[in-house]
Amino acid sequence: MMQPGLYHILFISTALFFIGVFGFLTRKNLITILMSVELILNSVNLNFIAFNKYLWPEKLDGLFFTIFIIAIAAAEAAVAIAIIINLYRSHHSIDVDNAEELKY
Amino acid sequence: MNEFVTLMKSELVITVIIFLLLFIKLGSGMKNGMLLLVIQNLLLLNLVIGFFFNAEGNLFDGMFHTTALIAFQKSILNLGVYLISLLFAGWYMKSEHLAEFFILLLSALLGLDLLISSGNFLIFFLSLELATIPLAAMANFDLEKKISSEAAMKMILSSAFSSGILLFGISLVYGATGTISFAALPVLLDGSPLQIMAFVFLITAFAFKLSIVPFHLWTADVYEGSPIATTSFLSVISKGAIAFVFVSVLYKAFQPMHEVWHNMVMMLSIITMIIGNLFALRQQNIKRFLAFSSIAQVGFILVGITGNSIDGISSVVYFILIYVFSNLAAFGVAAAISSQTGKEKIDDYKGLYKTNPWLSWVMALALFSLAGIPPTAGFFGKLFLLTAGAANDNYGFILIAALNLIVSLYYYLRVIRSIFMDKNEQPVEKINIHPSTKFALIICAAGIILVGLMSWIYDYIHTLG
Repeated sequence: MMQPGLYHILFISTALFFIGVFGFLTRKNLITILMSVELILNSVNLNFIAFNKYLWPEKLDGLFFTIFIIAIAAAEAAVAIAIIINLYRSHHSIDVDNAEELKY
Repeated sequence: MNEFVTLMKSELVITVIIFLLLFIKLGSGMKNGMLLLVIQNLLLLNLVIGFFFNAEGNLFDGMFHTTALIAFQKSILNLGVYLISLLFAGWYMKSEHLAEFFILLLSALLGLDLLISSGNFLIFFLSLELATIPLAAMANFDLEKKISSEAAMKMILSSAFSSGILLFGISLVYGATGTISFAALPVLLDGSPLQIMAFVFLITAFAFKLSIVPFHLWTADVYEGSPIATTSFLSVISKGAIAFVFVSVLYKAFQPMHEVWHNMVMMLSIITMIIGNLFALRQQNIKRFLAFSSIAQVGFILVGITGNSIDGISSVVYFILIYVFSNLAAFGVAAAISSQTGKEKIDDYKGLYKTNPWLSWVMALALFSLAGIPPTAGFFGKLFLLTAGAANDNYGFILIAALNLIVSLYYYLRVIRSIFMDKNEQPVEKINIHPSTKFALIICAAGIILVGLMSWIYDYIHTLG
């Protein structure tokens, strides 16, 4: 059975990153936008793990970085969801098109 | 142990203050006036401690490092936070959650202090998040206002997106060089395509945080929607700290690639100045106006950064010091007027001089300093930035910057004209200024005049660099 190489993993992580960017820019629902950001962060995790395993197996920096990214992503999502709930209370919607008081 | 305390002094003091505030909040039902006094004195203590027991050195295998220049930068931030605690007393007294607001604000300050001292991408990323997540919560602090929650939503989403981009850049740096330490990075950089791509991602993330032009779209909305204390923290303290880090990352970690970043920073600077100025021309709301003017100011900071010399560092630090005084004075006057009358339009300022001559003079001084008119400190700040940028003989670029200075005069003077010259049937009534606001505005006004005249300040910063 063939072992996946570094390029396979990098291909997946880059694709994941740009799917996340695309979702962030095109989606209208705030929760979906937040999910797109999580996709970006997970692509970074994949990158770190792959580089650590294939290029710098004697180091641990990449693994540590991944653990911290997971923790920070959780903290960020908590604050973001709190803000979205508050937005829902005032706007009765979590669609970005309805949050349009601030323009120009 | 002793070294740990002296080197991490400013972070430890801020942490102690955060815990004190938590206990005060839990323990007693202290009234806002008393609590505000306690907070102001604690922050004054924090500012004073910042000038003593300074040491240089590394901790945690180079993850955390501090020098005399870094200690000075932290003192600038402490000064700004102390002024913020004084300036917006009118808004604080009405707030129901004063202690929480300052806990969040000090957490953000702790993050910024760690950010300036970071010597490693891991601690850099963690402290950047520590600085931005509380800021998003602070932006939502006017809970019942629709625009406040909209501003917070825009802030948290754009900062999450930019930290995603930053992390992707860091992962590519790690893949290309095998290290995440700033000190080990310069030896390993050779300008290969992968490294340049990683660098582009990193500079994009910095551009988001500094609101450099293609990535500035969140700035004006967040500034307008947030409570004015948050806005001023965001535009002065947070922007100043990130500018310091940007300089040290470019000058130290990415020094071998300076031919690559020199052109990038120059392009970004030109479009930032032009777009910031053009959009500032058409603003009606004073907070949005100050947002776009601060975008234009970042363009001028970038001019100094392109210098790639010791002058570049010291001119940026000096400019931020002046920027703290002038921008906080402008925000302070705007807050005093909007908290009493709710008026935030530039047209509402017509005839302000008739009713509030004192506030008018402070506002005029602040705007003259932001525009860079000679007797004020802003002129010397801009002068040093342009001189540092001119060191590389690219005079065309400096010419564009100087022309932008002239354009910026138009919109700063427009506000001053409506304050002093335009007639208005119903000007803003006489404002009762809170004593601590008045004290802070006097400090700001004195700073705007004196920092420019006392040349030893720039010399001192220069010797630190």
